[in-house]
Amino acid sequence: MTTTSAEPTRRDFLYITTGAVGAIGAAATLVPLIAQMNPDASTVAAGAPVEVDLTPIAPGQIIKVFWRGKPIFISHRTQKEIEAARAVNINTLPDPQADQDRVKKGHDQWLVVIGICTHLGCIPLAHQGDYGGWFCPCHGSQYDTSGRVRKAPAPKNLPLPPYRFLTDNKIIIGESEPGRA
Amino acid sequence: MSGQPTYQPKNAIMKWIERRLPIGSLIYSSFVVYPTPRNLNYWWTFGGILTFLLMVQIVTGIVLAMHYTPHVDHAFNSVEHIMRDVNYGWLLRYVHANGASMFFLAAYIHMFRGMYYGSYKEPRELLWILGVILLLLMIVTGFMGYVLPWGQMSFWAATVITNLFSAIPGVGDAIVTWLWGGYAVGNPTLNRFYALHYLLPFVIAGVVGLHIWALHVVGQNNPTGIEPKSEQDTVPFTPYATIKDLFLMIVFCIVFAWFVFYMPNYLGHPDNYIPANPAVTPPHIVPEWYYLPFYAILRAIPDKLLGVLALVASIGILALLPWLDTSRVRSANYRPLYRQFFWIFVLVCIGLGWLGAKPAEGGYVIAARILTAYYFIHFLVILPLLGMFEKTKPLPNSISESILSPARAGTAS
Repeated sequence: MTTTSAEPTRRDFLYITTGAVGAIGAAATLVPLIAQMNPDASTVAAGAPVEVDLTPIAPGQIIKVFWRGKPIFISHRTQKEIEAARAVNINTLPDPQADQDRVKKGHDQWLVVIGICTHLGCIPLAHQGDYGGWFCPCHGSQYDTSGRVRKAPAPKNLPLPPYRFLTDNKIIIGESEPGRA
Repeated sequence: MSGQPTYQPKNAIMKWIERRLPIGSLIYSSFVVYPTPRNLNYWWTFGGILTFLLMVQIVTGIVLAMHYTPHVDHAFNSVEHIMRDVNYGWLLRYVHANGASMFFLAAYIHMFRGMYYGSYKEPRELLWILGVILLLLMIVTGFMGYVLPWGQMSFWAATVITNLFSAIPGVGDAIVTWLWGGYAVGNPTLNRFYALHYLLPFVIAGVVGLHIWALHVVGQNNPTGIEPKSEQDTVPFTPYATIKDLFLMIVFCIVFAWFVFYMPNYLGHPDNYIPANPAVTPPHIVPEWYYLPFYAILRAIPDKLLGVLALVASIGILALLPWLDTSRVRSANYRPLYRQFFWIFVLVCIGLGWLGAKPAEGGYVIAARILTAYYFIHFLVILPLLGMFEKTKPLPNSISESILSPARAGTAS
């Protein structure tokens, strides 16, 4: 340092403001570069809600439909399967949740879950494993008749998609109950 | 070395260029008169083989890109089109696919060579770390390339590997959606993987440049692990190292060609000849053989986040190796205990690779847990302690002494 002026000069001010403009510009440039990788408008549009008619699904049958490229399992549960799901002490589960909270009230026989293993995204196989629910062939996770995880490595229950009953035999996936998030 | 001859262009054109861009003297000093230790063995030829394989992958890759269509509806068929219709397309694709396997094979040999002879020790830490970065880039590039044929294994590999990011607390799911460009692996994912698979090999080439630059600053390690002390300890790179490199490169190419022509699909998985189906996961999904040890580590941990962290740590820990190995002696030739632990470590890595291909159940899981634990114990416990307690053999006074009177050096205890 040869000289230090006590007062900042006009030149210091210009350097600082120019630097600030450059830094803000560089940060703003990152926004489109990063945002372009998120789902585009056509992908979002293709993710609109889908209606499913439940009439052809026999008790004990599980069907697979697609919503937003994700498989959705719709299980028409038998009385035995509902009882099996409700008989367990939920405090012993890895991700405790009551079966009643995973179905719509009055539609206890219908279980609607996203059919993607919560471990690493494989699609579990129906009616397999020790709990009569799903078994994931990739890393051996198991789910019960309520889609709750019973055997690791999956950390969470099969998630519930947003859906509601239009009539007793028709649901719409992708829309929540009116008045609920 | 001070007595090294310098580049003297004879031809007028070369003189003209040399005054303006001294590239001739750079090549001459780096690859002709560059002094290499005179005792280098064939394990030192894999760096040259890797450079050659990188060029093979880039050339075959660019040619394949001229016939491939990166779209979910056309990708699988365009690969079949390459196999059936394009002139020599079958050969180019088999060279590229098996070339990836050969690349990893050579890289693993190159890394184990570095581990055996302590090539990562002071002053070669940064050289080693650049190598770890190259491994990471290779893993990412290879994975993205495997997705492009859009078969069942491609699709589910993309799904499982991108889902690793969902283990990140809080922002995991948002990151996965961002990586996919959709709500599941789909066309946007395939497009960006194709763009990145084309880009990354050139990034690898750039880091290889830094790796070679760093190598030429600190010089090569050698089987004794002691630095060259006089001109008697070295020979010029050309012809000694170039001929040795070329010889083994051709031997290596014979193995490569044997895979390409006689068992081109041996290292692949037959399920990848089934077009991708987002509705069905194949009953037994496995990655390519070169990822199996890491995959076994991922599956050995019964917790999702910890499993992913173990996977990342198993590669990241390599970058810390120069500081975890506390021994001042480089070469395992003079470290009787380390030499045994080294070979146990090699067997553990092969064992993990074998377990990674087995179903995740019963005894396989228990074995994978034991070997995963050992993998980390090797780095975090054995290496730091060995440096303190191991009684090493006396080192020779120089490289030339170790060659001219081997009885005194190395074998004597």
